[in-house]
Amino acid sequence: MIVCVIFKYHMNIDLKTIKHISKLSRISVDEQKAEKLADDLNSIFKFIEKLNELKTDNVVPLTSVAETTLKLRSDEIKSEDIRKQILKNSPQDNEDYFVVPKVIE
Amino acid sequence: MSDITKQSLSELVKNIKDKKLSSEEVTKAFINRSEKSKELNAYITEDYSSALEKAKKFDQKPNLELKLPGIPMAVKDLFCTDSIRTTAGSKILNNFVPTYESTVTQNIWNEGAILLGKLNCDEFAMGSSNETSFFGNVQNPIDKNLVPGGSSGGSASAVAGQLTPITIGTDTGGSIRQPASFTGTVGLKPTYGSCSRYGIVAFASSLDQAGPMAQNVKDCALLQEVISTYDPKDSTSIDFKRNEYSKELSKNIKGKKIGIPKEYRVDGMPQEIEELWQKGIQYAKNCGAEIVDISLPHTSYALPTYYIVAPAEASSNLARYDGVKYGFRAKGENLTDMYEKTRSEGFGAEVQRRIMIGTYVLSSGYYDAYYLKAQKVRKLIKNDFDEAYKKVDAILTPSTPSSAFKIGEKKDDPVSMYLNDIFTVPVNLAGLPGISIPAGHDAKGYPLGLQIIGKAFDEQNILNIAYAMEEKINFKNKITDWWIK
Repeated sequence: MIVCVIFKYHMNIDLKTIKHISKLSRISVDEQKAEKLADDLNSIFKFIEKLNELKTDNVVPLTSVAETTLKLRSDEIKSEDIRKQILKNSPQDNEDYFVVPKVIE
Repeated sequence: MSDITKQSLSELVKNIKDKKLSSEEVTKAFINRSEKSKELNAYITEDYSSALEKAKKFDQKPNLELKLPGIPMAVKDLFCTDSIRTTAGSKILNNFVPTYESTVTQNIWNEGAILLGKLNCDEFAMGSSNETSFFGNVQNPIDKNLVPGGSSGGSASAVAGQLTPITIGTDTGGSIRQPASFTGTVGLKPTYGSCSRYGIVAFASSLDQAGPMAQNVKDCALLQEVISTYDPKDSTSIDFKRNEYSKELSKNIKGKKIGIPKEYRVDGMPQEIEELWQKGIQYAKNCGAEIVDISLPHTSYALPTYYIVAPAEASSNLARYDGVKYGFRAKGENLTDMYEKTRSEGFGAEVQRRIMIGTYVLSSGYYDAYYLKAQKVRKLIKNDFDEAYKKVDAILTPSTPSSAFKIGEKKDDPVSMYLNDIFTVPVNLAGLPGISIPAGHDAKGYPLGLQIIGKAFDEQNILNIAYAMEEKINFKNKITDWWIK
């Protein structure tokens, strides 16, 4: 029952919610974009809420279709020094590190 | 031979093995045609000069034992290729040059094939029309106003337009089968765990699978044989005995039980699709198969389930694009500002939409109501198939609820775009193999496809059924070369 209440309550995704999700997603959203997103997400969630028709209390959730347990690998180093390869596509060049805007004042 | 690009993969392999054609001649022919086909916008990155070099090198010391000896081919730009730009159709990876090779493409080069270039696709494979690509939409060789489908739209367009003899795509909710259906080509989505995901730009990891696209079933079987290997580098790769699909291909499907799920007769489905399905049933009967009515009761819940599971996984997978390690970076006043601007400017609208849906359904307070609920319904959908496969060997459905639509027609309505994948999505949710084969035309002359769904790891069976039906259907694609001046 609780599930249904949550769904009903949130059928309408408002601008405040959009702002909250955009913060969590680390995607900046201006007012105009937020309104369009709210419209889109509301129509998508209306479509998604069809799932509430189903009773699923006793269903075991499916997390993977591959019905095998994950294999353990031996803990061996297989790659040589790949620092250069890892840094090759870095947006700001540096020989040893990834460079980001200053974090500590 | 002036008609090199019209030849199927099997013909090209035979001609190279019989030394009637050199790899250089074949490679030149496909490069020439690709260069005349820029209007289709099928390529994102071309690699023609090194393709020619590799072809010449192959001819100097040809290894004719290989399965794809000196065969040129282009691949979807979602596969990482060592030292060749890989964009996933996104601005955020516009300048990304991998330092490693995906397992699937490595398998292809190991068998002697040569890379022509990287093919256009929807951004991060999120789309059903190739219109979400940062590099522009792709045209369907059938008609310039039509989308080629998506997300493997560049791949489908390139095969149908004979810019490449074969290609590979990826399929998360229908991204191989739907474009194959829209362009009159053959596309196979293999069983989950059959082809390695190592080096494929991730979208939704529990659903993504690479697969072959070709002009006929036999070529598709040969390419599947090459790309499907067990790979310890992908923790969900499954170690099972793989067939030599092309060698074991057989048209004898006598006595095979093929299920017809009544729930796929959806509201508003055009009469033409229903007729195509009935024709398909007749073809299967003519091949000696037995038709059995079955029920997949949770079919209508597959798309809503998919639009929780796929965005949830995508939001997690795409968290890595932060402007720090690789790809596009926007200027920001501080670290958080840089992240937010990079992702806002680097991702397109559909990708942002899906990241937000995914973030929301996984966020505190909503996880149980959305994500857990979807995982439970996913189980019910898989159970439907398990139940059906107690009675049948395979399932026959239409591939899509309509033929290819016009460029721009559904761009502004995400839900109507999503409905395109109604017949393909359940197969991904259950991790099963599915193949789309061209089976006829609608009144406008646009191709229509039929889908054959198999049991897990039973690719050989659906390839055989497709092979047998292909002969009876005798489909001819209507390509007029309108884009070649």
